Amino acid sequence: MAYERSERTGACDETDSTALALKILVAGGFGVGKTTLVGAVSEIRPLRTEEQLSRAGQSVDDTGGVDQKTTTTVAMDFGRITIRSGLSLYLFGTPGQDRFWFLWDELSQGALGAVVLADTRRLEDCFPAVDYFEHRKIPFVVAVNCFTGARTYGAADVSLALDLDRGTPVVLCDARDRDSGKEVLIRLVEYAGRMHTARLLDSVG
Amino acid sequence: MNEDSTGDGPSAPGSQWYDAEAGPLVRPYAMTGGRTKPGPSNVRFDLIALVVVDDDPPGPADEALLGPEHRSLLTLCRAETQSVAELAADADLPVGVVRVLLGDLLESGFVRVSRPVPPAQLPDERILREVIDGLRAL
Ligand SMILES: Nc1nc2c(ncn2[C@@H]2O[C@H](COP(=O)(O)OP(=O)(O)O)[C@@H](O)[C@H]2O)c(=O)[nH]1
Ligand SMILES: [Mg+2]
Repeated sequence: MAYERSERTGACDETDSTALALKILVAGGFGVGKTTLVGAVSEIRPLRTEEQLSRAGQSVDDTGGVDQKTTTTVAMDFGRITIRSGLSLYLFGTPGQDRFWFLWDELSQGALGAVVLADTRRLEDCFPAVDYFEHRKIPFVVAVNCFTGARTYGAADVSLALDLDRGTPVVLCDARDRDSGKEVLIRLVEYAGRMHTARLLDSVG
Repeated sequence: MNEDSTGDGPSAPGSQWYDAEAGPLVRPYAMTGGRTKPGPSNVRFDLIALVVVDDDPPGPADEALLGPEHRSLLTLCRAETQSVAELAADADLPVGVVRVLLGDLLESGFVRVSRPVPPAQLPDERILREVIDGLRAL
């Protein structure tokens, strides 16, 4: 990994070049279990970003032009899973509201992939996330959080209802359960690897 | 995000880091002298960019000039190589503020910051295999 370094002290060195950080996003509607999932598989911490809503939020968060520099705090879930020294997985629960799309853009930069959590009682809540990742060709899996009391649907039903591209994995999960959460992440990493290989082959052939 | 506005900057400790034209102080950007963007290096650090202490840092005299927030960040960096996001969470500061402070530390040669992995350069299969095995073993 390349390191930025100030001009004053000279060139990069490669001592820490093996350190690698991978980013996975956890998206989905409000109350679907994003915080629960991140907390189940990692040590979760709240992360504050202080965003100036100059463009993105203006229309929604219109304060009547009192102050051009409306600053708002957006809280995100954030967790780290250390695979080994020098290799970590970072999980980010994406902020739910549409007016924070601009944060999604930043979060998805260089992301390995995303988990879109879905609740079959209000499947439409995850449409924006599905659209978002499909359009940007970011590998994602749909994880159906099986709330008690919700009628259980098969993965194929969900895939059909969401009109997913062929191959996009749908996993049934319990966001509260560590092993279940781990399985979701494993399916995502496997899928991201397959997508990546396929794209490499496409680009040479 | 514009930085040109009227208003006097604070004369807080460590204010030698603040640029003169720094704008009005809407907390929590007060500790960055009102700056909402990093300095001349003009990089917007990725949330997972890793920060390591420079192996040839400025001396103690320069370090003594740092403001308290700069110093506490530096202390966190010394404990362990961490991502920008972790530093923000640990220091309990908003990410935007941490970006500015890290920009200062980078400019003055205290730390180095990794670039994020460009999307086209996803890690190779071996690494992904390692991640999968690591997750299973968790
Ligand atoms: N029964 C059940 N409750 C869940 C499950 N996952 C999350 N919850 C609960 O649903 C609520 C919302 O979850 P949360 O993780 O905060 O959703 P978020 O808004 O997506 O972050 C919380 O009270 C959770 O305890 C689940 O799998 N089963
Ligand atoms: Mg939440």
